[in-house]
Amino acid sequence: MIVSSAKRVFLVSFLVFLLLLGLGLVLPKWLVFLGTIALANGLVSLGIMLMMRSGAVPFGQGLVFAAGGYTAALLFNRLGITDALALSLMGGVTAFFVALPFAPLLARYRGIFFAMLTLALSMVLYGILMKTDTLGGSDGFNVTRPTLFGFKPEAAQSTLLLWGVTSGVTCLMAGLARLYCDSTRGLLSLAVRENELRVEYLGMSVVNIVAWNYLLAAFLGGLGGALSVLALGHIDPNFSYWTTSGEFVFVAILAGYQSVTAVLVSSLLLELVRSFSSAYFPNTWQLALGIFLLLVIRFLPDGLGSQMYRLLPKRNNKD
Amino acid sequence: MNPAKQALLSAQHLNRSFGAVVAASDISIDIATGERLCLIGSNGAGKTTFVNMITGYLKPASGQIVLDGEDITALAPREITRRGVARSFQIPQLCMHMPVLDNMLASLHCSRGERSFLRSGREPSAVAECLSLLERFDLAKHATRPVMELPGGVRKLLDIAMALTGHPKLLMLDEPTSGVSAEEKFMTMDTVMNAIDRGAQGRPVTVVFVEHDMDIVERYASRVIAFYSGRVIADGSSSVVLGDTEVQRYVTGSVRPTAEAAA
Repeated sequence: MIVSSAKRVFLVSFLVFLLLLGLGLVLPKWLVFLGTIALANGLVSLGIMLMMRSGAVPFGQGLVFAAGGYTAALLFNRLGITDALALSLMGGVTAFFVALPFAPLLARYRGIFFAMLTLALSMVLYGILMKTDTLGGSDGFNVTRPTLFGFKPEAAQSTLLLWGVTSGVTCLMAGLARLYCDSTRGLLSLAVRENELRVEYLGMSVVNIVAWNYLLAAFLGGLGGALSVLALGHIDPNFSYWTTSGEFVFVAILAGYQSVTAVLVSSLLLELVRSFSSAYFPNTWQLALGIFLLLVIRFLPDGLGSQMYRLLPKRNNKD
Repeated sequence: MNPAKQALLSAQHLNRSFGAVVAASDISIDIATGERLCLIGSNGAGKTTFVNMITGYLKPASGQIVLDGEDITALAPREITRRGVARSFQIPQLCMHMPVLDNMLASLHCSRGERSFLRSGREPSAVAECLSLLERFDLAKHATRPVMELPGGVRKLLDIAMALTGHPKLLMLDEPTSGVSAEEKFMTMDTVMNAIDRGAQGRPVTVVFVEHDMDIVERYASRVIAFYSGRVIADGSSSVVLGDTEVQRYVTGSVRPTAEAAA
């Protein structure tokens, strides 16, 4: 069962990866860059979506986003590790270990308390980064073009290379996230979201389920942070600022908790709305973003994913 | 309790108060393997407090609870469940937006301690086991329906079916027929007791249930304990307990309390 589901999920992921690679070759460079940022940020929101499935919404994923980003940037500049895949993986692993000591504590809280505690942690990191000159202080520092398996791209190829890496990592993570959502732990996460008391009385530790979801979200957040840094070529403490965390939550709410694909589509939508609204209404683009979110909450209270879920055939109603 | 039988659960000298209200006052009860024990008493008598203390939701202020020779007094609910004590609730505790089958699957995985990151939560063998259990409760026809669409009586049965996924040694049912219409009560209890017996596979399942309907008590209980103001006032067979004057006065209401007793 696990093999057949995994085969199906990874086949779909691989086909989508090939499609994205092909699109990268034909789409304009600005759109490919925008797509890279959307997918990298989408990974962070994917982590939030996993958390939402167990009934907790973190408002401080900037913590792990920045941890992953700074790790990749520092390894690049200080240790000379330039491989994009290795850097993104190390970003994810570092974020996982940054979150590890907090996970058992945070997993005992829900609702606004959970959100505010995670926010507080991210803002503590923001404060530290702002005051640490060796990490660039408030200005941050730059990162140049990464390599891939020893291949150093020209400036013109760099965007495409990062698109390939980001879409590959994202497709792999999306596939794994889908398998996770369908796993026993995924099912138990939903049960925790619905009725924690019952889950405890059935013999399962709710804290364990929520803590692991937080750690998985941290890994995904770190991956996203590392890929964002490589795409942007710059990192600064704003990676950990609360508005950055807020945007990840925005995408997760827009997507809902049912569909993995919806998270990535929502992230792309956010980037498009932000990009076009800042171009056409440079002074009021946040207003456009706010109206967009209000409309989604009004007409799609369960997110875009609920619509995708409904439209798909009953037997294969997972994506 | 028949002294010849070994006590599955032994609760000794349990005390618990909520402010000025005494919910358990020196409660000592031994429950033998295979018993069908019914707890009766008026509202606030201490029945649910006793169930909550056994299942770990409430900790006694003093006293000891021993299950199969092991002290479980200080254990968390999930630790107690893992040792074979399952319960259902007066108000069914279900995952309302999930289908019936997913509720059962979640229960099955919880009771097995199964929490794999990648193994499917809907493996055919697990689905078959849950459907078989649902069949015993006549709930298989509702398998794909979200719980929130189901009537109260069906939710009650599902609540109990979920408790049975872990093959408990001791099953505690808190008012299994509350909210069920008078004509459906016997049918519900028949379904529950048959499902428990059929699922036992030769192993005795001890059942403790809280009940207010004395017809149900007489028909399904092998032993009855009556509570009043946090105390045990009678313990024995249903005919003995229901015939007790104190029980009639304070629980069943068939004898009017005297002025001094009421005071």
